[in-house]
Amino acid sequence: MIYLYALIVLSSLGGGLALLLLIADRFLADYGPCEISVNDEEPFVVEGGCTLLEALYEQEIFIPSACGGQGTCGFCKVNVFEGGGPVLPTEMPYLDKSELADNTRLACRIKVKQDVVLRVKPEYLDIQQFRSIVIAAKMVTHDTRHVVLKLADEQEINFVPGQYIQVQVPSSDGITFRAYSISSPPSTKDEVELVIRLIPDGLGSTYLHEVEVGEEVIFTGAYGEFVLEEDVETELICVGGGCGIAPMRSIIRHIGDVSPQRKCKLFFGVRTMEDIMYLEEFEQLADEMSNFEVHYALSDPKHSSPWQGERGYIHESVAKHVNGDGNGNRQAFLCGPPLMIEAVTKVLEEKNVPKDLIFYDEF
Amino acid sequence: MMDSSVGGVAVILLAAILTNNILLSKFLGMCSFIAISRDLRTAWGMGVAVTLVTFTTALLNYGIYYGVLVKDAPLCGADLTYLTFLVLIMVIAGFVQLVEMVIERFSPVLYYKLGIFLPLITVNCAILGVNLLMIDSDRQFNLVQTAAYALGSGMGWLLAICLMAGLRKRLEYADVPKPLQGLGITLLITGLMAMAFMGFAGMVDI
Repeated sequence: MIYLYALIVLSSLGGGLALLLLIADRFLADYGPCEISVNDEEPFVVEGGCTLLEALYEQEIFIPSACGGQGTCGFCKVNVFEGGGPVLPTEMPYLDKSELADNTRLACRIKVKQDVVLRVKPEYLDIQQFRSIVIAAKMVTHDTRHVVLKLADEQEINFVPGQYIQVQVPSSDGITFRAYSISSPPSTKDEVELVIRLIPDGLGSTYLHEVEVGEEVIFTGAYGEFVLEEDVETELICVGGGCGIAPMRSIIRHIGDVSPQRKCKLFFGVRTMEDIMYLEEFEQLADEMSNFEVHYALSDPKHSSPWQGERGYIHESVAKHVNGDGNGNRQAFLCGPPLMIEAVTKVLEEKNVPKDLIFYDEF
Repeated sequence: MMDSSVGGVAVILLAAILTNNILLSKFLGMCSFIAISRDLRTAWGMGVAVTLVTFTTALLNYGIYYGVLVKDAPLCGADLTYLTFLVLIMVIAGFVQLVEMVIERFSPVLYYKLGIFLPLITVNCAILGVNLLMIDSDRQFNLVQTAAYALGSGMGWLLAICLMAGLRKRLEYADVPKPLQGLGITLLITGLMAMAFMGFAGMVDI
């Protein structure tokens, strides 16, 4: 009998609490329909309670967000003039004084609770959503996969080398997205190639490592503000670490397409011989492009004695092969882990490469 | 059995704030105390949330404990006191969810500042501690005394965390030896504060 009482007491208590929470949820979390006006256009109506990033995504306004709306990348900046509420402490690390003054906010942190008036960069309105089919996939190292996506419905994507796309990734909380640099040249408009390194328990990399040839992948793009200097007199210095090779491959293949005589140096740093990728492809390009140099360096080649090339960290190679006379225009593009970016930036500045011509992408 | 006159209730309130400060005498609720005491305004918000949750859940749990769980209770005759822990934590967890919704609706800044610690109030041992201590059979608090004890305990926790936030603000300008920076010096100061609060010990006791 006592157990029956216990059961009745616990279940009625649990049920009562659940009912109370449901009622509270109904009244407290119900913000009703809210109007959102973007760039002075006709406002659209969304159901309140979602984030501004989600609301814009629903209206096919694709704001860049490399972290998938987690508030950790600081890419989803928009200017919110009305209805954004106070600036939150979680936004502060990503906003400087001038941005705070012009009402810049992170779209992923703002919950739509009332009518919102905002401005987004006009180029964001050109970003499209694409459906694609995986047509090829192969492992290029023990943990990195090369995936080729063919756009469906005869769509074409316009991008500049160095830009990235955001792939829709199914997760337990619905759909989220992850950013990947495009590694194919912009001349191929109906295909996109990606280089994906498997991160243990990583949502996006696991998905793209498991997706099979013939399956559909949805992505938006192209994002990124890096602008390649098209002047052929400008020497290009590309430095990549890990899967930071992806945008470099796009840039170099693009140069191979449009100005094969252009001066260009590629530095790629990995730990061991097992991590080397695309070396043969670049060496072949170096044969075709007379002013293109390839430097691969291994930082930890202990177990890879056959390696005849350079050893040490990649910034040491950069120091060795980039001259410091400061003659001629130079543009540098770095992609890799933060420590590598920091070390290479320092070396390049010592070599008189102007700071505003050093672009980087940390991950 | 405690004195249930107005004076007696005031003694319980004062004792819960000072002499029997739940944080400094029993060291309950330390994790959020250390994590949220960097900034006075956030500490104040957290303290108010803890006080509110402690006070309200203590009253709710008082009603449930004496109305349902104890032997020969008006709503259920069987002795269900062995379910005490389960029931207390269930009520606290449900109520914290409710507080979370209210704070998110009315103060998004506080909501984001408290971050993960808001749902973690659920497992703030100070709150479960107060809920368990109020039904301590030696004390036999009545409803008014329970309310005073719970309110006092919450306020005591609020006082301690605000004092600590003030001290840590000053510590930013202090020359703390490197190995002690951060958590180390915070724990040392907590110990010193606890000793200082022991100075109140002879005043009142419960």
